[in-house]
Amino acid sequence: MSITTKDVEHVAKLARLDLTQEEKEVFTEQLSAILKYAEKLNELDTEGVEATTHVLHLSNVMREDVTHESLPAEKVFLNAPDEEDGQFKVPAVLE
Amino acid sequence: MSTSKYETVIGLEVHVELHTKSKIFCGCPTSFGAPPNSHTCPVCLGHPGVLPVLNRQAVDYAMKAAMALNCEIGDVSKFDRKNYFYPDSPKAYQISQADQPIGLNGYIDIEVNGVTKRIGITRLHLEEDAGKLTHIDGGYASLVDFNRVGTPLVEIVSEPEISSPEEARAYLEKIRAIMQYCDVSDVKMEEGSLRCDANISLRPHGQQELGTKAELKNMNSFRGVQRGLEYEQFRQSEALEDGELIVQETRRWDESQGKTFSMRSKEQAHDYRYFPDPDLVELRIDQVWKDRIRASIPELPDARQARYTQDYDLTSYESGVITSSKPLADLFESSLQFTQDAKSVVNWMMGELLGHLNSTGQELSEVKLTGQNLGEMIGLIEKGTISNKIAKTVFKEMLLHGKRPQDIVEEQGLVQISDEGAILAIVTEVVADNPASVEDYRAGKDKAIGFLVGQVMKRSKGKANPGLANKLLTELLNS
Repeated sequence: MSITTKDVEHVAKLARLDLTQEEKEVFTEQLSAILKYAEKLNELDTEGVEATTHVLHLSNVMREDVTHESLPAEKVFLNAPDEEDGQFKVPAVLE
Repeated sequence: MSTSKYETVIGLEVHVELHTKSKIFCGCPTSFGAPPNSHTCPVCLGHPGVLPVLNRQAVDYAMKAAMALNCEIGDVSKFDRKNYFYPDSPKAYQISQADQPIGLNGYIDIEVNGVTKRIGITRLHLEEDAGKLTHIDGGYASLVDFNRVGTPLVEIVSEPEISSPEEARAYLEKIRAIMQYCDVSDVKMEEGSLRCDANISLRPHGQQELGTKAELKNMNSFRGVQRGLEYEQFRQSEALEDGELIVQETRRWDESQGKTFSMRSKEQAHDYRYFPDPDLVELRIDQVWKDRIRASIPELPDARQARYTQDYDLTSYESGVITSSKPLADLFESSLQFTQDAKSVVNWMMGELLGHLNSTGQELSEVKLTGQNLGEMIGLIEKGTISNKIAKTVFKEMLLHGKRPQDIVEEQGLVQISDEGAILAIVTEVVADNPASVEDYRAGKDKAIGFLVGQVMKRSKGKANPGLANKLLTELLNS
């Protein structure tokens, strides 16, 4: 499977990346190479092997429904570029 | 309106917040109404390097909800990331379930205009809620409160088998009742713990293929759901009549204007790129676990309705109203420990109680009526201690102050006068003071006696036993 510049543009858009024409070409080539390498896996016979969704053979890791202390207000906003009235302030996103 | 040419097809997506104490993947509290962002931590704020750990209670509740909706519970369930950028989601993905939800292939039965209809439920999955945005600065900025992020939700997706706005409302009300009986959620639409989006399309009768649908959002009440869909049904049928193409889009219901408006079309179709969340391992749900949850499911609304109809000789409409909310049904049952007269209990509940709640917009939990008080009040009527009319005064007092009916009657001197002598004295006065009505009655106008009884009741301040007043009046007039 190889991908086209159109695929790269689509993925870039979903990731909110603004790519130059040159970058698009580079990434098209690199991503195609990566997919091609991954295609090697198709050579394996997986007949009768259950699909794996996780590398760890663990299940049912859960916690009890108990509350803990939340972060104090001064720490909540340490990484926030902007805040107002105890809330994160962000540029408007219109629906 | 020309909708009759078209068949309406509606599917609902209902979100129900589960009332766990803590969030689904961290220990922050889920309580409503806290100061903004005071219930947040590195996990629900989506800081790098943190690990979500699943809340066992949320899974139990989701299983219980799914079973109550007659879903099959898979043996294996897992969580996936639903990727999208929006400021209400700090991680830029929502942890949800794609191909292995908790529940599949369920159904509920709804009743509209006396006809029962089964609506299929495609799936029920568990996911985390998003934050809350407030738009400010004339729409140039938004404020984000992440308290709600990570509140456990179940999303219940119906099959497109709902055929009218009325059915949609009945479906939503039934879902609410079932969730309430199961005690998995507060199910308050006004607080957002029950939310509903709808897909609606029209097609000519007999056409197999579905028409182009619109997705409807922002319907914040049961009435809003029905009205929003009615408007959308009308708008689409008009458009089809005019030969326009229906655009697939998301539309927002505006309650105050009574219309739906297109939300700016997304530039591209949703592309959520679901993939299994590597931070969470799969759920293996064995028979023991399923059995434990199944055993915890209480009697559900349909079963209760059938039982009330049969055991108490109620109409299906009456038992439907009483069982539509669990607190109402519980009040009914607790009243019956104090009176045998179920019919009377129902009449008081459907008349005075629901009338009061509807006119004040209050919830049952906000009034002070208890089953014991209601049952005992009906006992006082049966014994003749108070009349029905006086009972209305007593009932108001019980609603507002929660006092026992006996105490109210005593404090306010409301005991019914059943002493013949005392009533006869009033009757004699009334007859003497109303010669015209007496004349009318004797001339054959039987209705006049109603007026005279009314006068007796008025003079006795409502305390005269009406049956006795009627009897004594008739005797006197015919003598």
